[in-house]
Amino acid sequence: MSTIETHTTRVTVTVNGREVSEEVEPRTLLVHFLREQARLTGTHVGCDTSNCGACTVLIDDEAAKSCTVLAVQANGHKVTTVEGVGNGSGGFSPVQEGFRQEHGLQCGYCTPGMIMACTALLAENPRPNEHQIREALEGNLCRCTGYETIVRAVQWAATNGGAGEWA
Amino acid sequence: MGMIPARFDYRQAGSVAEALQLLASCDDAKLLAGGHSLVPLMKMRLVSPSTLIDISGIAELQGVTDAGSVLRVGALTRHRVVERSQVVAQHVPLLAHVAGLVGDPQVRNRGTIGGSLVHGDPAADLPSVALATGATMVVTGSGGERRIAASDFFVDFLETAVGPDEILTAIEFPKRTGAGFGYEKFVRRSMDYAIVGVAVQAGEQPGIALVNMGSVPRRADAASRALASGAGVDAVAALAADGTNPPEDLNANADYRRHLASVLTKRALLAAGYR
Ligand SMILES: Cc1cc2nc3c(=O)[nH]c(=O)nc-3n(C[C@H](O)[C@H](O)[C@H](O)COP(=O)(O)OP(=O)(O)OC[C@H]3O[C@@H](n4cnc5c(N)ncnc54)[C@H](O)[C@@H]3O)c2cc1C
Ligand code: FES
Ligand code: FES
Repeated sequence: MSTIETHTTRVTVTVNGREVSEEVEPRTLLVHFLREQARLTGTHVGCDTSNCGACTVLIDDEAAKSCTVLAVQANGHKVTTVEGVGNGSGGFSPVQEGFRQEHGLQCGYCTPGMIMACTALLAENPRPNEHQIREALEGNLCRCTGYETIVRAVQWAATNGGAGEWA
Repeated sequence: MGMIPARFDYRQAGSVAEALQLLASCDDAKLLAGGHSLVPLMKMRLVSPSTLIDISGIAELQGVTDAGSVLRVGALTRHRVVERSQVVAQHVPLLAHVAGLVGDPQVRNRGTIGGSLVHGDPAADLPSVALATGATMVVTGSGGERRIAASDFFVDFLETAVGPDEILTAIEFPKRTGAGFGYEKFVRRSMDYAIVGVAVQAGEQPGIALVNMGSVPRRADAASRALASGAGVDAVAALAADGTNPPEDLNANADYRRHLASVLTKRALLAAGYR
């Protein structure tokens, strides 16, 4: 048997408005590219099996589970992580502030993914009702809060500025 | 550290012709569409292709076109696009409805209809829509185009009639404008695969199809025939599990699945307007 050569490929992703270009193996997952190449550790790995949503980021402004996307699949695209949302001057986005005001987190493990899923929801539907909020978060699991406060956090954000803006 | 796939070579195809060429020239290659069935399997090393041929950028395989008596849905059309398509909602409303129930928003943003059908998972939602509506699969290989009826498409567990050197290019759904439909997906958590699901398409050629009631996605043949011959909902529902061999797992044993198939068929029939 011949030994397997390691081929690498160049992946260039615009992460939070900054171009990140690295040689990686094609099997590199986007979540690892973000954490290890782009050095942005806000995006979490929870289940690693596409279920929990802790790894949720925006690819071209659409929510995706970055543990289930190869970095090469994001090549040439725009990715937004939790580090990329905010009020533009170092403060919180309305969604982040909503999580603070309404205690939308306890341990915080699910929070980066929740913030991104909620941001995508509000960008698309600025005035979701409770049912729509719960449906939109069906791919994000939280072991701590019981979701009530997360729903309230989204409602808070909806009435205090909405999705916010990002690069 | 996490789960990562075994090593593979990555190639991109910009057209169907190029993808076919790559398929023919690489041993043990797999097509990559949305990756939302394939990447999880590769992470668990249940599948380790030597080459991935990324077809997601092929423009000719995207989108929905109104082609007279049928809607032609490109194989790479993502669930989210199908779910939101006005033309799908108008002419094949069952498809739009069910596309919106696949997984969760993140999954629907990436996964494609073609990937879902070729994956051939008996627990998947969209195969039941293809079966209930009597869709036709359009498959291209080096020998040209083949058209395969949905009822001949699902061959075995995770195996379809698409050959290793072929590509599913489009799915043609006969228009069901104005006809009733019903879909019942029984789950414990909303993002899960169905424990059992039932799709009902009303209209001139009605159809009933089952999710997770055997090793392949399948039509409920006896129930579909009874429906076509005008039987009432209770009589049709009683036949739903006829000839099935449902799986057993921690969610349900076979008897419970048969029971669910009947109950859900009745609900889906009522939703479709049958009495
Ligand atoms: C967390 C999670 C939850 C999910 N829940 C559900 C659910 O509730 N219901 C449901 O139905 N599905 C569910 N899915 C599966 C999802 O719908 C997938 O998107 C779909 O099954 C596969 O589509 P894909 O485009 O991602 O295909 P890929 O994963 O890219 O490919 C799947 C297979 O099809 C082949 N293939 C893809 N496209 C073509 C083509 N055009 N021609 C020939 N071969 C092709 C590939 O080689 C591969 O073997 C879920 C997935 C995840 C990760
Ligand atoms: S880590 Fe990606 S879904 Fe859980
Ligand atoms: S806050 Fe702990 S998992 Fe959600």
